[in-house]
Amino acid sequence: MSGIESSFFDIGTMDTISRQDTLVHRMDPRIKVLTTLVFIVCVVSFGKHDISALVPFLIYPLFLVVLGDLPVRYLSRKVALAAPFAILIGIFNPLLDQELLLQVGPVGLSGGWVSFFSILLRFTMTVGAALILIATTGYNGVCMALEKMGVPQVFVVQLLFLYRYLFVLVDEASRMVRARSLRSFEGKGMGMRVFGSMGGHLLLRTMDRAQRIHLAMLCRGFDGNIRPFHPLRVRGWEVMYLLGWSALFVFMRFYNVPRLLGTLIQRFLS
Amino acid sequence: MSHHIVEVKDLRYTYPDGTPALHGVSFRVMHGESVALVGANGAGKSTLLLHLNGYLAPKGGEIRIGDYPLTKKTLQTVRRTVGMVFQDPDDQLFMPTVYDDVAFGPLNLGLPDAEVENRVLNALSVVDTLHLKNRPPYKLSRGEKRAVAIASVLSMSPDILVMDEPTSDLDPRARRKLIELLKTFKHTKIIATHDLDMVVDLCERTIVIFNGRVTADGPTLQIFENQAVLAESHLEKPLGMQGCPVCSGHR
Repeated sequence: MSGIESSFFDIGTMDTISRQDTLVHRMDPRIKVLTTLVFIVCVVSFGKHDISALVPFLIYPLFLVVLGDLPVRYLSRKVALAAPFAILIGIFNPLLDQELLLQVGPVGLSGGWVSFFSILLRFTMTVGAALILIATTGYNGVCMALEKMGVPQVFVVQLLFLYRYLFVLVDEASRMVRARSLRSFEGKGMGMRVFGSMGGHLLLRTMDRAQRIHLAMLCRGFDGNIRPFHPLRVRGWEVMYLLGWSALFVFMRFYNVPRLLGTLIQRFLS
Repeated sequence: MSHHIVEVKDLRYTYPDGTPALHGVSFRVMHGESVALVGANGAGKSTLLLHLNGYLAPKGGEIRIGDYPLTKKTLQTVRRTVGMVFQDPDDQLFMPTVYDDVAFGPLNLGLPDAEVENRVLNALSVVDTLHLKNRPPYKLSRGEKRAVAIASVLSMSPDILVMDEPTSDLDPRARRKLIELLKTFKHTKIIATHDLDMVVDLCERTIVIFNGRVTADGPTLQIFENQAVLAESHLEKPLGMQGCPVCSGHR
């Protein structure tokens, strides 16, 4: 029970973070969505054995965390929550690919291990960037940006309603779970059967509520379109922000910055 | 000024699963009247309300809102005229922020942006919740949610307000504030409720429904004095009219 409720409050935390008033938070949501998109595409498009070239990309999440005053521990907990998926994807690489790729002193590192770390690094950066996007823009802001950029309204409205009623649903579910656990003793009445009927109940209630919401919408002249009322305005420097970051990402994608630095230093020393 | 009339003639309805709900309900609410719709649980109040904005189509009888009979063609006009406040504000507040929610109706009416903004701010200040305008609805208290739900209907400037249990789940002070607020509205009001004390404060006329029929219709105080009618409809006198149990030594 406490599991459901505490993760519920966690969503609330994200909401509070996204309501801060910093330079990053004030930026047009479309700019942030696009920049994040370019970032993710660049990071994901690296080859499977690349690690060193990926490292410079960390500058983008770090930049936002500092400028947006975001709580690092909270965000890294969220990233860790999704980590099992990435680990599952990469965990067999060290077994499948045992060709020696790297020799660090007495320890040899096989291609499998390298690609495993590469997957983890890419996962951390992309999920982190997506979380940071929501933490600086807010879920609704992201939806609004998507809508303005031409994503079909059906999807955007689905996302918005999902978010709005998640809270109501979690509330309802946790009330049911509480009521059940208060009337079940020594593990009796906690079985699968009860869970099944609770799930069914919740589904029926949800359908009832959906019907009532639809009615409420019809009463206020809903005709299938939701008209957003937020004039968004992109300022000049924001376009520069988008272009600047995109140029940097593309540059870092095609030039291995650490290696460049290395050769530069070598030439300087010799 | 005789437009804001609600007329229901011999309304009959049976739910698709065969449950009979209304057996010929008739009444006529005049312009500017404030009418309470009272009745025991399952008497048919909610079913009746759902007819008033055309969500349910009558199986028999007729409804007239203002100058129009309620038909498929006039549905949009009727829904613009009748503002409906639902019992659970969570059903009514579905947009991301309070502002968006109150703007939902006016935007659907196709009003220009400046007018929409005007109406939203106006409606929010009428119910005294202007400070909440950028908050998400799920973070509000019950009383605040109720007030915003009312604002979301007011912003469409309806002529007729229909409310389902407006005072349920409110603490005494929020309830008092809501009643005072409703008193200031000049709309034609139809309020379905179990809060009979509010009815005494707010509605000069009461319609009693029991088992899908109107069992009484008249001045509020007269009806609540009539013990026979109340008993027949499974109702009780409002607490405010029952005399003090401490002073009169009944308990």
